[in-house]
Amino acid sequence: MWAFIHKLGSPRWFYGMSAKMQPWFWAAAVLLLVVGSLWGLAFAPADYQQGNSFRIIYVHVPAAFLAQSIFIAMAVSGLVFMVWKIKVADMAATVMAPFGAVMTFVALFSGAVWGVPTWGTWWMWDARLTSMLILLFLYIGVIALRSAFTRRDSGSRAASVLTMVGVINIPIIKYSVDWWYTLHQTASFTLTSRPTMPTQMWLPLVIMLLGFYCFFIAITLMRTRSEILRREASKRWVQELLTDPMLSTATKKAR
Amino acid sequence: MIAVKATLLRDLTLLLRRRGEILNPLVFFALVITLFPMAISPDPALLAIIAPGLLWVAALLAALLSLDSLFRSDYDDGSLEQLLLAPHSLAALSLAKVAVHWLLTGLPLALIAPLLGVMLSLPTGSYAVLALSLALGSASLSLIGAIGAALTVGLARGGVLLSLLVLPLTIPVLIFGVGAVQAAIVGSGVAAHLAILGALLAASLMLAPWAIAASLRISING
Repeated sequence: MWAFIHKLGSPRWFYGMSAKMQPWFWAAAVLLLVVGSLWGLAFAPADYQQGNSFRIIYVHVPAAFLAQSIFIAMAVSGLVFMVWKIKVADMAATVMAPFGAVMTFVALFSGAVWGVPTWGTWWMWDARLTSMLILLFLYIGVIALRSAFTRRDSGSRAASVLTMVGVINIPIIKYSVDWWYTLHQTASFTLTSRPTMPTQMWLPLVIMLLGFYCFFIAITLMRTRSEILRREASKRWVQELLTDPMLSTATKKAR
Repeated sequence: MIAVKATLLRDLTLLLRRRGEILNPLVFFALVITLFPMAISPDPALLAIIAPGLLWVAALLAALLSLDSLFRSDYDDGSLEQLLLAPHSLAALSLAKVAVHWLLTGLPLALIAPLLGVMLSLPTGSYAVLALSLALGSASLSLIGAIGAALTVGLARGGVLLSLLVLPLTIPVLIFGVGAVQAAIVGSGVAAHLAILGALLAASLMLAPWAIAASLRISING
């Protein structure tokens, strides 16, 4: 187990291993997303109050889940990078940030679209919308700070510190905003209690959630691989890989 | 402990010799407050409703404005490097610097806020709470803001970036600070809001110095 984790720290080993894992996550993501969206959009029963507009939930909730999980994943990667100086962790955190920002935006945008039929307005200064908006600003801050440094290593460490500070603050911000004002319904979907939605409605949601997570893992693996190639471009193994791709796949198979 | 005291005294002396820098945030605070009646309406009834929020947001921005210079001059003349080399806890030394910043920015802001409150026809009975909440809250703002200042001190144009990094993190302080003043106006319990502001301060006192120290090391070591 520990040997496996230690090996993950080597960019070269990570590059090889992620090549094997990547197709599985892509396949799972495509399968789950296709099944989930078909089921959710076409076959799940319409809500008795909201009609068909409730189907936005199948994009909105997974995006919101991911937006929060990605920030935590970035903070964990930042911690790993700061404590053990594992470069792969920082590369992963680098590529996760824009994706997390996009997911936050998707959650905000789908929430705004959903607001029109249900609340009658695009924007409402409600607790969850507001804390999502703040999360978006935190993402933008991390991305901006990283790119502000001319030396990549300083930028990486600064971004890691800011991500960790942010992750401590997120629950505080969330609870203070909740306390400040709330109009949004309370969470209708938790992992601990039985769902209040009928099975026909929440099962596609679970599938969509898993699909979004698989998609996130797949795209992170893919983009981390290109980040490895970019940063390790001067290393011999990368140059060998790039000059003779046939040979390297052959040697990989031989191993 | 002696080193912390020495840093405190040094920073205090340095800042007291440049009085302009202490005055600037206060003048900025007063100016921003002057803009609002002109931009919105001079109607006292309307101003009284929005006064707590205006005062808090303006004070927040004024405190933020002064943060950029917190480590800047020490970075430029190299004394920040000496602090890093000193055989004392960098967290404790940076806490001393933050304490000076609060004493000469946050506290004066809290003290002149009631005066500006009178001009915005803030309801009577909330002045003490306004000053107290600003004094408590600005201490947390100095601590949280110092993390951003330490992260951006090595950058040529860190000013706007600093606000971008720090403002989202200050939202809880703002919410409970304004909440305290509004509770005082309505006449409901103020203690809860002030207690939460105190809790935020305690938490940032505990955690922020380490983040500031780590950020200073990143900025100095390049």
